Amino acid sequence: MITFLASVGAIFLAFLAATGRLFLFAARAILAGLTPPYYPRLVLREIVNIGYFSLPVVGLTALFTGMVLALQSYSGFSRFNAESAIATVVVLSMTRELGPVIAGLMVAGRVGAAMAAEIGTMRVTDQIDALATLSTDPLRYLVLPRLVAGLLTLPALVLVADVIGVFGGYLVSTYKLGFEPVAYLTHTRQFLETMDVVDGLIKAAVFGFIVALMGCYHGYNSRGGAEGVGQSTTYAVVSASILILVFDYLLTAALFD
Amino acid sequence: MNGAATPKIAVRGVEKSFGAKRVLDGVDIDCAAGESLVIIGGSGTGKSVLVKCILGLLRPEAGSIRIDGMETVGLGGAARAALMHKFGMLFQGGALFDSLRVWENVAFGLIQGRGMERGKARTIAIEKLAAVGLGPEVGMLRPAQLSGGMQKRVALARAIAAEPEIIFFDEPTTGLDPIMADVINRLIVKCVRELGATAISITHDMTSAKKIADRIAMLHQGRIVWHGPTADIDHSGNPFVDQFVHGRADGPIQMEVRAA
Ligand SMILES: Nc1ncnc2c1ncn2[C@@H]1O[C@H](COP(=O)(O)OP(=O)(O)OP(=O)(O)O)[C@@H](O)[C@H]1O
Ligand SMILES: [Mg+2]
Repeated sequence: MITFLASVGAIFLAFLAATGRLFLFAARAILAGLTPPYYPRLVLREIVNIGYFSLPVVGLTALFTGMVLALQSYSGFSRFNAESAIATVVVLSMTRELGPVIAGLMVAGRVGAAMAAEIGTMRVTDQIDALATLSTDPLRYLVLPRLVAGLLTLPALVLVADVIGVFGGYLVSTYKLGFEPVAYLTHTRQFLETMDVVDGLIKAAVFGFIVALMGCYHGYNSRGGAEGVGQSTTYAVVSASILILVFDYLLTAALFD
Repeated sequence: MNGAATPKIAVRGVEKSFGAKRVLDGVDIDCAAGESLVIIGGSGTGKSVLVKCILGLLRPEAGSIRIDGMETVGLGGAARAALMHKFGMLFQGGALFDSLRVWENVAFGLIQGRGMERGKARTIAIEKLAAVGLGPEVGMLRPAQLSGGMQKRVALARAIAAEPEIIFFDEPTTGLDPIMADVINRLIVKCVRELGATAISITHDMTSAKKIADRIAMLHQGRIVWHGPTADIDHSGNPFVDQFVHGRADGPIQMEVRAA
């Protein structure tokens, strides 16, 4: 019993220590951003990396998500003779919930992993130490631009995902389920409020920050050659995905009550 | 302490462990201004770790490291950043930034660290590349397109580009052919003689050590077991040094090799 409690305590303490280290890491990177030099070119490069190159993946997943939403809610709502509700379900689910979460998870797999691999390789080949000897703060040069880019880019990506998702629902509803196109679009607009979209974008910004932070943190703390880099890549994706779902719940509770 | 006697670098009682493994166990060494010190020692004895401690990249658990008389252990923030301006470092593996072109690597410290204008930094980078025997066309390539020896020379050019006061060379001639090794040896000597830099080099190559060193120190089992002028290396009277210099498998230094 004592050993059980001891090991639970040890796990809890390790959890607290890890959380503390993560906060410290993020705080140091953000504090570095308060004074020059700034690296706008690096931020731009990361925005292109995260935003532009994620468009195909995010677009495709959003399209199919919107399509399946329409199909699923039809099989449910048709029993209550409430087809018009389908448009509302699709647009609200996309903007408030599925757009941010799906884009976040996709970007975690694509970009978070790449960030961890790149920064991790730089760590194990002494490139991060080399930055320091060349009078360049690695947190300022490597981490901060990625955090900023994650924070700014994911909302834009989610906006695109929202539109594509709604379009997917529209395609299924009009071509497969035989709804009137104009009526469908009217219903889509009818119950949607600006705040639904805005709250989704706030979620997206948080998720973008989480993905970049996890990628950078695990990459930065890589050790032990190629194997270590592979491991931090996995950690980056897994921890970002879990945190996205946790924060999705917390933000939903906070934003939509 | 009067100014003339203050060593450029003074290391006292430095200890560094990784987990249970004690790598540095009370290292004491001085390096005077304008001196070229070479550190020799078996593979895995902690030579690279010692240099990283002096640079402030690793933090020793105990001991003191003074640069120009100023304590640097535990230094952070702006003071550390200012200190870094004095240093140049050639990493054992090169540590070139593979997302940047070769000339951008060499010019990195000038552009990012010192805010020099790109065009001017580029001219200096091309000059430094020429000094290590690489033409301007190499400047446009990526590090991954170079051979191992070429990467080493680019890393060397990067280390000396900003003409720092103190330069560390971690195995500068490993992986180079004998002729190029000699070019590099001369370049290091030139940095010390002409620029007045203080140099600490790590090498296994005794020919190179004799050419570049004013003084040689030997690291073994976490301590400096011998140091003295280069001329004394062949008759040091120290069994560790003798075995190392002559490259004998038998002697007081036992390599951890298990019989098959
Ligand atoms: N970051 C690290 N984490 C854990 N152990 C390390 C780390 N860096 C070095 N070591 C250990 O410290 C010891 C000394 O390493 P170091 O790289 O200084 O050796 P070295 O004297 O430079 O050897 P070589 O001549 O082969 O380069 C090694 O046993 C190594 O395993
Ligand atoms: Mg070494």
